[in-house]
Amino acid sequence: MKYAIEATGLVKRYGPVVALDGLDLSVPEGTVTGLLGPNGAGKTTAVRIFTTLLVPDAGQARVGGLDVVTEADRLREIIGLSGQYAAVDEDLTGFENLDLVGRLYHLGRRASRERARELLEQFDLVDAADRSVKGYSGGMRRRLDLAGALVARPPLLFLDEPTTGLDLRSRLAMWETIAELVAAGSTLLLTTQYLEEADRLADQVAVIDRGRVIASGSTDELKKLVGGERFELTVSRVDELATARAVLAPLAVGEIAVDEQARTITVPVTGGPAMLTDGLRRLDEVSVQVLDIGLRRPTLDDVFLTLTGHSAQDEPPQGEATTTEGHSDRAKQEKERAR
Amino acid sequence: MSQLVQGLGDGMVIAKRNLIKIKRVPDLLVFSTLSPIMFVLLFAYVFGSAIEIPGVSYREFLMAGIFTQTMLFGSTTTGSQLAVDIQRGIVDRFRSLPMARSAVLVGRTTSDLVNNVLVIAIMSATGLIVGWRIRSSVPEALAGFGLLLLFAYAFSWVMAVVGLAVRSPEVFNNASFIAIFPLTFIANTFVGTDNLPGPLKVFAEWNPISAVTQAARELFGNTNPSVPPPDAWPLQRPVLASLLWIAVILVVFVPMAIQRYKKAVSR
Repeated sequence: MKYAIEATGLVKRYGPVVALDGLDLSVPEGTVTGLLGPNGAGKTTAVRIFTTLLVPDAGQARVGGLDVVTEADRLREIIGLSGQYAAVDEDLTGFENLDLVGRLYHLGRRASRERARELLEQFDLVDAADRSVKGYSGGMRRRLDLAGALVARPPLLFLDEPTTGLDLRSRLAMWETIAELVAAGSTLLLTTQYLEEADRLADQVAVIDRGRVIASGSTDELKKLVGGERFELTVSRVDELATARAVLAPLAVGEIAVDEQARTITVPVTGGPAMLTDGLRRLDEVSVQVLDIGLRRPTLDDVFLTLTGHSAQDEPPQGEATTTEGHSDRAKQEKERAR
Repeated sequence: MSQLVQGLGDGMVIAKRNLIKIKRVPDLLVFSTLSPIMFVLLFAYVFGSAIEIPGVSYREFLMAGIFTQTMLFGSTTTGSQLAVDIQRGIVDRFRSLPMARSAVLVGRTTSDLVNNVLVIAIMSATGLIVGWRIRSSVPEALAGFGLLLLFAYAFSWVMAVVGLAVRSPEVFNNASFIAIFPLTFIANTFVGTDNLPGPLKVFAEWNPISAVTQAARELFGNTNPSVPPPDAWPLQRPVLASLLWIAVILVVFVPMAIQRYKKAVSR
């Protein structure tokens, strides 16, 4: 198999902080690989080394067959990078931003302009093309930034947390855009804090913690490890538990867990929100009083808990239904603090 | 050779981008020209009545000093705007592109030079209104303006090194203000150096700002031939001294800035 990225024993320190602690990674050509990990795990540092922005303290990395240190100049011709913060110029228009990148890839005046127009079309930014980016929404900025990475049609793409800080709707739109790119057959390395995002977009995932890869494989393998969706409900009286359990049994894809103390039932399910409606209808038919109900998806926290025994943020895992949204808010706050 | 051409081409693409920004966000230009106008008026009318310069009117003496100081402040734009580009992640993007490593710096210093040309034009007009006159020939006057701009250009590279080192526009602005104020005041910019106390006098005489100011003064014909300049080599031969300073600054700081740029990442 040919590898687009091969890294062995990468080490990077910032003073006393070890950002990468012997990272090994191989990304086969033509695949999408998700680098999954919490804040500070070393994802961005790894991407910065692969894109020649940082020189590793130890270890080796080849990207597209080129050494990231000694062949950096040639490497820059075949990669595209879209960073964690949309690195677009606020005072320029969308068109000017893309044209600038095109000129710096040496596409030539005419080709650069044509390509900029083409990308604005592709990323649904035609109406905003001649407005300055200052007035763009977060989602539009991200799309423009992503378009910037694609200007020279690079065979190798790096997307560093492409949806961090976006609201749910913009995130879904961004996923769709990336999925289309992927379908076109580029090799892509994507970093993310969201298991769901890796699941949606990546063929294989490497889980990274404290500068090392602690697990890798397909997203299915990873999910098998942590389990799938769970339907959680709390009933008002203990004697309702048995009834509830009985009516929900047909929905379960695994063992149902009952906690009499907390009066909760946890049912492993598949099928998403539709399942929630179905479950509620069944409970209603037998007149069970439901106090609280929710669909819980496995998050990065669950993966970390399973793999390392500690949670992603080194905090106790949250008992309440943690959605990826809760996670993103926290991550966003931390990012903002870090700026 | 083709690398050099490509490097300059990339630099011009970046310079054009920076100039579009000046056009679109004119605040920066407005304030960088308002403050020198304010300085000209304050010094001319407030200090002008109190400061005696032998052999020449204070307003004529003053202008070259204000020109030099303003050029220096103009060159700080290089550092602060680089810090902004780093902070916003734009430098990360540029560094991942197959463009010349010098291009962002060449482009930045070039567009700041254009900015300084505008500033010096506005200041000259203000000076002419308050009574400043060029008493030399046209080629000499042009040489005077050229020397001021060249010095500002060289100083831009010093500011680039500082901006790339601190990576935060706020810190940069404070740091550069603290450095530039004494540098432009312990000089012959606003007063004569003869009456300064010992160590300050030596500093002022060898300060590159003094050489440039003295050179500009002579080239604009704002000195009185019967009053010789202070007895220090850089002020006796100010044009030569200025050119030497400019060469030294460029030789030291251009490679240093490019080296720093190659390692600059956000945060």
